[in-house]
Amino acid sequence: MGMPESTLVEIRHVSKSFRAVHALRDVSFNVRPGEIHALVGENGAGKSTLMKILSGVYRKDSGAILVDGRPVEIQSPHAARRLGIGIVHQELALIPDLSVAENIFIKRLSGRLGFIDWHGLYRRAGELLGSLGFDIDPREKVDRLSVAYQQIVEISRELSENVRVLVLDEPTSVLAPKEVEQLFAALRNLRAHRAGLVYISHRLDEIFRIADRITVLKDGALVGTVLPTEVTPDDLIGMMIGRRLTAMFPKRGCTIGEEVFCVDGLNRGRKVRDVSLSVRAGEVLGIAGLVGSGRSEILRAIFGADLKEGGKVIMAARPLRINSPRDAVRSGIALVPENRKEQGVILSMPIRKNITMPSIREVTGSLGVIRSRKEQRLAQQYVDSLKIKTRDVDQEVADLSGGNQQKVVLAKWLTTNCRVILLDEPTRGVDVGAKVEIYHLINDLARSGLAIVLVSSEMMEVIGLSDRVMVIRDGRVAGVLEKPEITEVNIMGLAVRGSTAGAAAASQTCRRRGEER
Amino acid sequence: MSLRQTESGGSASQDHTPASGRPWHKAIALVLEYNTVLIFVVMLALAASVSDVFFTEKNIFNLLRQVAGLAAIGLGMLLVILTGGIDLSVGSLTALASVLVAFFLGSMPLLPALMLTVAISTLCGAVSGYLVAARNMAPFIATLAMMTIARGFAFIISKGSPIIIEDPMLNGFGSAYWLKVPLPVFVMAAIFVLVAFILKFTVFGRMTAAIGSNETAVRLSGIRTGWYKFAVYCVSGAFCAVAGIISTSRTGVGSPIVGAGSELDAIAAVVIGGASLSGGKGTAINTLLGVLILGMIGNIMNLMNVPGYPQQVIKGLIIVFAVLFQGWQRRSDA
Repeated sequence: MGMPESTLVEIRHVSKSFRAVHALRDVSFNVRPGEIHALVGENGAGKSTLMKILSGVYRKDSGAILVDGRPVEIQSPHAARRLGIGIVHQELALIPDLSVAENIFIKRLSGRLGFIDWHGLYRRAGELLGSLGFDIDPREKVDRLSVAYQQIVEISRELSENVRVLVLDEPTSVLAPKEVEQLFAALRNLRAHRAGLVYISHRLDEIFRIADRITVLKDGALVGTVLPTEVTPDDLIGMMIGRRLTAMFPKRGCTIGEEVFCVDGLNRGRKVRDVSLSVRAGEVLGIAGLVGSGRSEILRAIFGADLKEGGKVIMAARPLRINSPRDAVRSGIALVPENRKEQGVILSMPIRKNITMPSIREVTGSLGVIRSRKEQRLAQQYVDSLKIKTRDVDQEVADLSGGNQQKVVLAKWLTTNCRVILLDEPTRGVDVGAKVEIYHLINDLARSGLAIVLVSSEMMEVIGLSDRVMVIRDGRVAGVLEKPEITEVNIMGLAVRGSTAGAAAASQTCRRRGEER
Repeated sequence: MSLRQTESGGSASQDHTPASGRPWHKAIALVLEYNTVLIFVVMLALAASVSDVFFTEKNIFNLLRQVAGLAAIGLGMLLVILTGGIDLSVGSLTALASVLVAFFLGSMPLLPALMLTVAISTLCGAVSGYLVAARNMAPFIATLAMMTIARGFAFIISKGSPIIIEDPMLNGFGSAYWLKVPLPVFVMAAIFVLVAFILKFTVFGRMTAAIGSNETAVRLSGIRTGWYKFAVYCVSGAFCAVAGIISTSRTGVGSPIVGAGSELDAIAAVVIGGASLSGGKGTAINTLLGVLILGMIGNIMNLMNVPGYPQQVIKGLIIVFAVLFQGWQRRSDA
C-alpha cells in the first residue's frame, strides 16, 4: 500500500441532496496512489452521484474534497481533468469512424497552423497504448476493435490528459472473460505506475480479484471500507443490502415436460452457423459463450429480428414460418432483448402502453379503438403480479430503475400467450436485489410450463438458472452440458477451446420430430 | 422482496416532478406545458390590441377559411412526423389535387371527380410510404422526389395554366356558409376531430407515436411497423387532396402553383405545436394551434398593412422563438 498517509483524492463528509432526497449523506472516501479502490452498492446507493461529484458533473452540498491534500472546488468536468481526475463511463464515448489515435487525442488534434501532424499523432498514441501493455494499431478505426480494446482506447484518452485518478464505471459489463483479463492487465499496469483507480462494479468475483480496498455504499451512506482479505463475498452482499443473501439462485424443483420448441440447422451470416437446439416445457436452456460468439444473434435469428438464411424453427412438432418478429410473436415466441433501453422498452411512454404493446389487440374494440379501462386493468394486473415498483401504471418507464424496467419487458410478454421466452442478458445493468427478483421470476415462468432460452454473460447466472447449457463458439454449438457437468470449468473449456473433459460435444437435434409425424 | 426499501430510495427522486412544491412553481410548469396555448393567447391579445377589426366575425371566419387547407396538411404532416418521418410532397400534392379535380370535372360529375382526386393523391402518398417503409428510403429523399414528380404532373395535366371550373356546387362550397360558418371550416374541424381521435384512442395512433419514440422496441414487440409507416404517408396524401379541393373551390380554378412552400408551413405549424421532429411527441390540438398561430401572423400583419417581405422575416422569428421556448420547457422537465 505504500505510504498510508498520502492520498491522491480524498472526499470528506460529503453530502448531496436533490430536492428532498438525500443522494449522499456524510460520505468519506479516499484514493491512494497505486491502488485499485472498488466502490460497490446497489443501484441508487449513491455510487454514481459520488463519482459525478468527483468528476465535476454535480456540486456537493457540503463537505470537502482534497486533491493531494489541498482542498479544491470541482466546478466542471473540465476542472476535474485539470486536477487529474478522469472517468470512463459504462457507455463508451468514442467516435466509431475515427482512428484509435484520433480518438485518444480528439481534443488536441491540430498542431502547427491547424494542420494535423499524423506521424506524431500515431507515434504518441502507440506509445501510450504500449505503456498500458497493448499492441493496438493507432491507425485502426475504433469500430473495428473489440469492446475491450475500445475500452483501452478510452482509458488511453483519459491518460493522455495526465489523469492520475481514473474512475471506471462498470468497465467489464460488456466484456467477455478473456477481455476482462486484458482489462485487468491494463489496470494492474496503471496501478504499478502509481495511478489511483476507482473501480465501480456489480461483479463481486472481479472485485475480489482486482481490488486493494472496497468501499460499500448503501442508501447514500457509507457502510464501510474493507480489505478484500477481511471479508467474503457473502459479507459484502450483506453490507450492500443490509442482510445476507443466502440463496441468489432459488431451487426450482419442477418437472420438465415434453419438448415444445426446437430449432434445426439455423444459419445466419458468420455469427450463427448450423445451430440446433431444443427446449422442453418448464426447462431453462442456457446459452453460454464469449461475447461476440453469436449468442444474441441466435436468439435474434430465431425471433425473426434478423432474417435467417436457413434452418427450421419448430413449435410443438409444427414447423413455423418466421420472417419477422411479428410472425414469432404470433407463433408464441417472445424475446427479451439484449439492450433494454434501445430495444425493450419505450422510455418516454407510460408503463401501461409498454406492457400492452404486443397484445394491444386484446384490449381493442371495433375500429381499432383501445378500450382504456380494460387496458388499465391488464397493465395493473401485471404490475401487481411482477411487483413492479411504481406510483401507477401511467408512470413513464424512464422513471423506473433498471430492474423494474426489465420487469416491464417481461410483463409485456406475459400478456401474450407465449410458450417460449428467449431471454438475452435479462439482468444486465440491474442491481443485486432486482437480479434476485428476476431470477425468481424466471423460475416461476419455467414452473408455469414455459420453455426458456437464456443468454447471459454472467457465468454464475447461466450455471445457477439453467437445466442444460449450450456453449457457443464462433457461431457454432461447441457442446451441450447437462446438470452435473454444468461447471464454470467445463463451460469455459468449451467456449475457449471447443472441447472439455466430460462434455457431450454432440449437437442438439430435434429429438421428437420424427416420432410426432 | 426485501430489497424494496433500497430500491425505492433510489427511485424516490423521480416522484418529485418539477411541478410539486410552491404554487407559483406549479403555475410556471403549467405555462411551460401548454406553451403553444400561451403563444396562441399572446398572439390573440396582440391582434386585439393592434387592430379593431381582428375580432370581427368576418375577419375570424376569413382567417379560419384561409387556414383550413393548411390545417388539413398540417395534421397529416403531424402523423408523419410522429413516426419520425417527414413529408415534403404535401405542397405539390395539394397542387396536383387542385388541378386533378378541375380536370376531372371536365368529363364527369362532382362526386366521382372528388373520389378520384382523393384516390390519386392517396396513391401518391402510398408511393412515398412504400419507399420509406418497404425500401428503407430516407423520408426526406422519398418525399422530395414525390414533391417534384407531383408538381410536374400538376403542370403537365393543366398544361401550365389554371383550369377554370364551372361546377356550381364546388364553386359555391369554398365561399358558402352554414350557420354563418364557412363550409371549409367544417372540413377542417372534421379532420381535426378525426386526427385527435385517432391519436388519443386508437391502436393506429398509439403505434404511430410509439414508432417515433423507439421503432426497434415496437418492431421487436411484434408490431408491423412498416405498415404504420406506410399508412401515415397515405393519410397525409389524402389530406392533401382535401386541401387541394378546398383551394380549387375557393378560387374557382385548379392551379398547378398553389401550395408552393406550404410543406414548410405545415412543418412549421407542427413544430410550433411542440412536436419533436425526431418523432414520438405531438398532439392534434397543438398542431391546430400552430396552424392558427401561423395564420394569425399573416392576418395581423395584413390588418396592420405590413408588406409581404417583412412578414416572412417575422414569421421566421416567431418560429425560432416558439421552438426556443419549448427548449426551455424540456430543460425544466429534466
